[in-house]
Amino acid sequence: MGSITLKKVTKNFDDVKVIKPIDLEIKDGEFIVFVGPSGCGKSTLLRMIAGLEDTTSGTIEIDGQDATATPPAKRGLAMVFQSYALYPHMTVRNNIAFPLKRAKVSADEIEQKIANASKILNLDSYLDRKPGQLSGGQRQRVAIGRAIVRQPSAFLFDEPLSNLDASLRVNMRIEISELHKSLATTMVYVTHDQVEAMTMADRIAVFNAGVIEQVGTPLELYNNPINRFVAGFIGSPKMNFIDVNSTDSASVCCLGVRPEHLEISRDSGTWQGKVGVIEHLGSETFVHVHLASGTTFTVRASGDCDLNYGEHIYLSADPSKILHFDEAGLTVHKTQTVN
Amino acid sequence: MAINKSYQSKLIYTFLAWTISGLIFFPILWTLLTSFKTEAEAISVSPSLFMFDWTLDNYKEVLSQSSYFTHFWNSVVISLGSSILGLLIAIPAAWSMAFVQTKRTKNLLMWMLSTKMLPPVGVLIPIYLLFRDFGLLDTKLGLVIIMTIINLPIMVWMLYTYFREIPHEILEASRMDGANIVDEIFYVLLPIALPGIASTLLLNVILSWNEAFWSLILTAANAAPLTAFIASYSSPEGLFYAKLSAASAMAVVPILILGWFSQKQLVRGLSFGAVK
Repeated sequence: MGSITLKKVTKNFDDVKVIKPIDLEIKDGEFIVFVGPSGCGKSTLLRMIAGLEDTTSGTIEIDGQDATATPPAKRGLAMVFQSYALYPHMTVRNNIAFPLKRAKVSADEIEQKIANASKILNLDSYLDRKPGQLSGGQRQRVAIGRAIVRQPSAFLFDEPLSNLDASLRVNMRIEISELHKSLATTMVYVTHDQVEAMTMADRIAVFNAGVIEQVGTPLELYNNPINRFVAGFIGSPKMNFIDVNSTDSASVCCLGVRPEHLEISRDSGTWQGKVGVIEHLGSETFVHVHLASGTTFTVRASGDCDLNYGEHIYLSADPSKILHFDEAGLTVHKTQTVN
Repeated sequence: MAINKSYQSKLIYTFLAWTISGLIFFPILWTLLTSFKTEAEAISVSPSLFMFDWTLDNYKEVLSQSSYFTHFWNSVVISLGSSILGLLIAIPAAWSMAFVQTKRTKNLLMWMLSTKMLPPVGVLIPIYLLFRDFGLLDTKLGLVIIMTIINLPIMVWMLYTYFREIPHEILEASRMDGANIVDEIFYVLLPIALPGIASTLLLNVILSWNEAFWSLILTAANAAPLTAFIASYSSPEGLFYAKLSAASAMAVVPILILGWFSQKQLVRGLSFGAVK
């Protein structure tokens, strides 16, 4: 079991409301990712679930039990920190054994659990080393190993891959996803990297200024963002926005179109612009196009794109792929609009 | 040219460093040399630095006529006792100030430090009366208590500085792993902060060993440490410089040896947190 329910949970630091009333239900075995810009409250909420931060109001239920005032150790959760938070004076073996020793598990069982965890995480040859003798990826594995042996009802990850280099991050991302599949335990994962969120999550909760803007599967958020913030945050490169005069549809004042939904033509199209910086990635090309209105669009083009800097081109998009936003930034349903 | 200039400045700095070190060390050297002189040579109007009749008589007399080892033992008990008692109080205090901060923590730390700026004579009467009423005058326990009190602010400050350098997340991880406060302090915090705790202990031993004001006032014969023993050579019959020097040398040497062996640890402890 590993369901977590947040009911009207809030957090204030003095007069600053860091978390505004939040309701969220995390299902047993689910991989949910909290994503949002820095300072949006996602890590604070994770720490509140862990019990490392007090809850100002509302309740946190773990497996149906009110755990709002329960100390961290008694919540049955394990946490993996951004800085790994390994005990520097202990060997890998003792780091992993630490939570088991605190729980007064027998020595034989501790050995068995360490062996299991080190096998899953490929730590066998490092067990007698200290954290200072390990690479970043190995340290992160030890931190995960320390979490696994407790057999928690849920894992909490606080930006665990932020300190790793890009290639290692991709590998660890896959390892954590595979771990989730094999353990089938609830995982709550905080990141500011929307690529991590999209690739790992069963569901994503998008945070902004202490509130959850939208919760949904990665594709739900990508295809049907509830507002301009979510639309801009999910997707890489981010969605292009252009302001429009509300002539046809009174409520629409902004259009959004993803870089991959734009088509380039040298002859005709909806928007005319001049080619700016071209970023060749091999398999694809990102073309920055400066429109006459002053807006810059990013276009995802094929890898063999032969445009040149300064060239005049036209852009267009399938109308069904264009999102419409009202003055408040909310998505306007397509049936309500006239193209 | 650049190398020449850098060599010149290095030479100047080296010369300055040796001069200042020499000035600081000179009184100790003078005391050591005087301890090997006769009383007549010690008070000579034209004293000689090295050209005198070297004698060990002062040391023999100090060791035979007075209870040096009793005072030495008192110093050991008082300095170690106050340092250990101080640590027992300072560690939890510094832990709470470093990891469970409130708005007033900084003020509290400053207030603690400000007590070190108070002239001890300002609290002489109340402390003396308290010690008299509680029967602590001329007892080792009394000296342990007063040394603990006067050095506690420095111990808390040093440990606080050390603890602040320890990532908060490590302690949070231990809480998540099921550690209670005692486990957290004993299994995680103390082993990580061991170098800081060792240097705090060492500094406190040295400060307590060298403390003279309260030792002279609150002790007579039973609990007098080495500092009081040295002072006893200034008597109404006159000052016995050579014997006083021998007694001083014997009082200083143990702590000098301790300081010599632990200097790396001490310097690291005292400069910790100052440069990141």
